[in-house]
Amino acid sequence: MDLLDKFDSMVALRASLPFEKADPFTVVMDEILSETEAMIDGRRTILAGTNNYMGMTFNEEAMAAAKDAIDRFGTGTTGSRSLNGTYADHKLLEATIADFYGMEHCMVFSTGYQANLGMISALGGKDDYVIIDADSHASIYDGCSMGNATIVRFKHNNVEQMERRLKRLPEDAGKLVVVEGIYSMLGDAAPLKELLEVAKKYGCMTLVDEAHSMGFCGENGRGVAEALGVEHLVDFYVGTFSKSVGTVGGFAVSNHPKFDVLRFISRPYIFTASPPPSIVASAIKAIEAIKRSGNRRAHLWENARRLHAGLKKAGFDLATPEAQSPIIAVYMPDIMLGTHFWENLLMEGVYTNMAAPPATPAGMFLMRVSINALHTPEQIDEIIKRFVITANKVGLELKPEA
Amino acid sequence: MASTQTLEKIYELIAPLNKRSVELGPQTTFASDLQLDSLTVMDLVAEIEDEFDIVLPLNMLPDLETIEHVADAVEKIVNEG
Repeated sequence: MDLLDKFDSMVALRASLPFEKADPFTVVMDEILSETEAMIDGRRTILAGTNNYMGMTFNEEAMAAAKDAIDRFGTGTTGSRSLNGTYADHKLLEATIADFYGMEHCMVFSTGYQANLGMISALGGKDDYVIIDADSHASIYDGCSMGNATIVRFKHNNVEQMERRLKRLPEDAGKLVVVEGIYSMLGDAAPLKELLEVAKKYGCMTLVDEAHSMGFCGENGRGVAEALGVEHLVDFYVGTFSKSVGTVGGFAVSNHPKFDVLRFISRPYIFTASPPPSIVASAIKAIEAIKRSGNRRAHLWENARRLHAGLKKAGFDLATPEAQSPIIAVYMPDIMLGTHFWENLLMEGVYTNMAAPPATPAGMFLMRVSINALHTPEQIDEIIKRFVITANKVGLELKPEA
Repeated sequence: MASTQTLEKIYELIAPLNKRSVELGPQTTFASDLQLDSLTVMDLVAEIEDEFDIVLPLNMLPDLETIEHVADAVEKIVNEG
């Protein structure tokens, strides 16, 4: 019995997609020209799908710190945080993030995925309940599978449905509500105030994943909970360095006095090597830079609104009524038109994410655009223009506002 | 074995989703007979939860392949509750 036979339907689906010159799952960035441009297959391409929201990947201080860290500490730690993998900078990074969130404690994980895996699997024990939004990121679902808690799911952003489920759970049981600030595929914001207030009413602890909102939501860039003034209702934040911070890694912060015990419990924290010194050093500098980046935040929001308004005016079908984040998702009617559109847009010199199930909710096909604070208004206008050219080329019907 | 009453209630909830007009019975499967996609299954689970005022945990869903499985699970949860 060939164990890979069970994936034959996936192979067939992949083979049926009408890609001619490029395939979204095998794109190679040959050269990164800047935060906003790359060379792909010999073409100068505007990057509009990198999650590099605050444009930190070429931050000079972060790059200098990374190079210096390699010279002083070498290329890797070759060990777990629990053994030989904690250097002075790992502690400094945790202190920097705790300070950024105005909270007492922080744990740094090697990736954002592992941060969710490590927190949810550790917090949700055998007799506990973990209550999640149906559109949660894979790392939240996987954290649920890894732990032993009973998992209760409610419809995306549906406060009333969540409350009805919380009502049915035992009053004295341990309960963790897990929600995200911004949902990564549609770029829509959660009604965190209502969700967290209801969670607290039923005695739940709360974990908010601000992976796609850290950096630009809220006055200090802590995320949607800060923007809505409900940080006091958050027991745990989870976040990542692979978006606004411009590198890779993840973290969790909390004011809980017993938080540090998770360092001895959380397996995705313990049984993996800690992030390398260069990454840790650049993350510290990038987070410090984000803190004082008020202008950059403002420009990012201008970009997001400009892109949303331009695409809407041109008649594209957008996932949100207004720009709720720097993620602007454009609906495609079906997979065939979607793949044609993606490929032709790339040929026009714009890279976006083609998003398809299971990454998207409700079997949707999306051109997912994410922009950053360093895109110029001219680049945003170019993206809009090339979207329209591509729509005409592949026969995507546009419905411009009258 | 689930009661007729529970089964009938579940048939009722499935009826609007039964686009292929499959004849419903205890052995009808959600995936191959009804061909419900994961989103429809999620909505159906939510309706069953609200109808019986219970929580059907996500961990349990992979084992519920037929209507009878669901009916049995619902009754077990109702009785335990």
